[in-house]
Amino acid sequence: MTSTPALLELEQISFTYPGARHPVLENIDFSLREGQKIGLIGTNGSGKTTLFHIIMGLLTPTAGRLFFQGRELQQKRDFLALRRTIGLLFQDADDQLFSPTVIEDVAFGPLNLGATPGEARRRAEKTLSELGLTHLKERITHQLSGGEKKLVSLATILVMEPRALLLDEPTNNLDAETRTRLIEILEGLDLAYILISHDWDFLAHTSREIFAIDKGHLLRSENIYFHNHRHFHPCGDIPHKHGGQPHPHDHEHNHEHQHGHPEETRPEREEKQKS
Amino acid sequence: MTFESFCRGNSQLHRADARIKLVATLALTLVIALCQSFYTAAAGLGLGLGLILLARLPLGMIFRRLLVVNGFIGFLWLTLPLTYPGAAAFSLGPLHVSRAGLLLAGLITLKTNAIILIFISLLATSSVAELGHAMARLHLPAKLCLLLLFSYRYIFVINQEYQRLVRAARLRGFKPGTNLHTYRSYAHLFGMTLVKSWNRAERVHQAMLLRGFSGRFYTLDERRLERRDLMLLGLLSLAAAGLIIMEILKRIS
Repeated sequence: MTSTPALLELEQISFTYPGARHPVLENIDFSLREGQKIGLIGTNGSGKTTLFHIIMGLLTPTAGRLFFQGRELQQKRDFLALRRTIGLLFQDADDQLFSPTVIEDVAFGPLNLGATPGEARRRAEKTLSELGLTHLKERITHQLSGGEKKLVSLATILVMEPRALLLDEPTNNLDAETRTRLIEILEGLDLAYILISHDWDFLAHTSREIFAIDKGHLLRSENIYFHNHRHFHPCGDIPHKHGGQPHPHDHEHNHEHQHGHPEETRPEREEKQKS
Repeated sequence: MTFESFCRGNSQLHRADARIKLVATLALTLVIALCQSFYTAAAGLGLGLGLILLARLPLGMIFRRLLVVNGFIGFLWLTLPLTYPGAAAFSLGPLHVSRAGLLLAGLITLKTNAIILIFISLLATSSVAELGHAMARLHLPAKLCLLLLFSYRYIFVINQEYQRLVRAARLRGFKPGTNLHTYRSYAHLFGMTLVKSWNRAERVHQAMLLRGFSGRFYTLDERRLERRDLMLLGLLSLAAAGLIIMEILKRIS
């Protein structure tokens, strides 16, 4: 693994919002390699989304350096290549879907990258069919349901053939069916990704490593383990599946939280990796 | 909110290329707006009616639209005859009703209705998206096309956000009345909607940048002009030319 250059590398990145007294991110060291599947947790306002926006060049860090495939990113222009390779899925799909129809929205990226209208349409159609969304092709974007919007906005990113995804709370407000669909899609992707989520069950299915942002620092949870949780059962005693795995407490349902919080596990700063 | 109530249909005008319709609308409405003769305005109104019939639109809905517009025109009928200088057509007690004022109000009424009918029959028979793309293909500035498409896309979202705030206010017992509290609350609601829209605009712009947007507007639309599009353009150009000739003849005589 260490022999291939990291797709993305952050070196001592700090960020303070203008007018704020404390930095929201402080001396972050982090790297993302091909195929890595990372879950990122942290309380509301801890800077998770800020970190994504710094990676994409939407925010300029107050200190630190950013490398993409071994090359340092300094100017706005440098981020253009990164944006072709790394896709960001916004928290609110309405921010991402701005074209009148689904097919136009999915074709927007390829058109900007210089594809001809015919080629852009073909690529958009291919991506939609891979995600099983062909039936939505001619629909008006603002009339889609919340779940459909989320899947279509994922299509608008996948059509650009990225090698990594940053997903910002993708399961927010999704119904169980769309959520399962999203898990299936992510499992089928041969991409690196970082997921921001508060949805532990979702992370258990989709991530191999967990990072946490706590008080401006990025901590890697080495020995995180999944995890018994307290939850409510909408259907009373009727048995239910926990992602196909047998539930450890199938008979009693007032078990305690035991999952790895960054404080509980051994917090350890990510080792610096030089490419 | 209702939009695009007339854009579904299968008439000649619905199927026509939006570029043709845009150009023809511009020509026709310009001539009608600038004419000074009753005959030209009346011919324009006749043309508008003919186009509405050609588009096979529900006449009841058209009538209701016209009613709204003519409500505003009603104010002109109230003020123009009483304020316009010139010989009195007749007197209502102490009030002199100006003949020139009456004629002007009549001319404005004719022109307005003609233009509205032409707009509905030619432009409202295309979807906003089609019009936006047609504008782009007519090489209008990208900013203008994007402005149209984005207003259309986000007006629903902004309305939804506004309704959500209003609902939240109502659930906390807010009853609009004629008092300072109501004015202040509405100011807050509008202000908050504005702030939210601004933030959303910024996020949408970011999303566009991340997908390679550089200010140019591309369209998937590759439709070519067909024979019947060109025929429609020819016919409507002839109509516009006819109106111009009519106006010139009337002004000379």
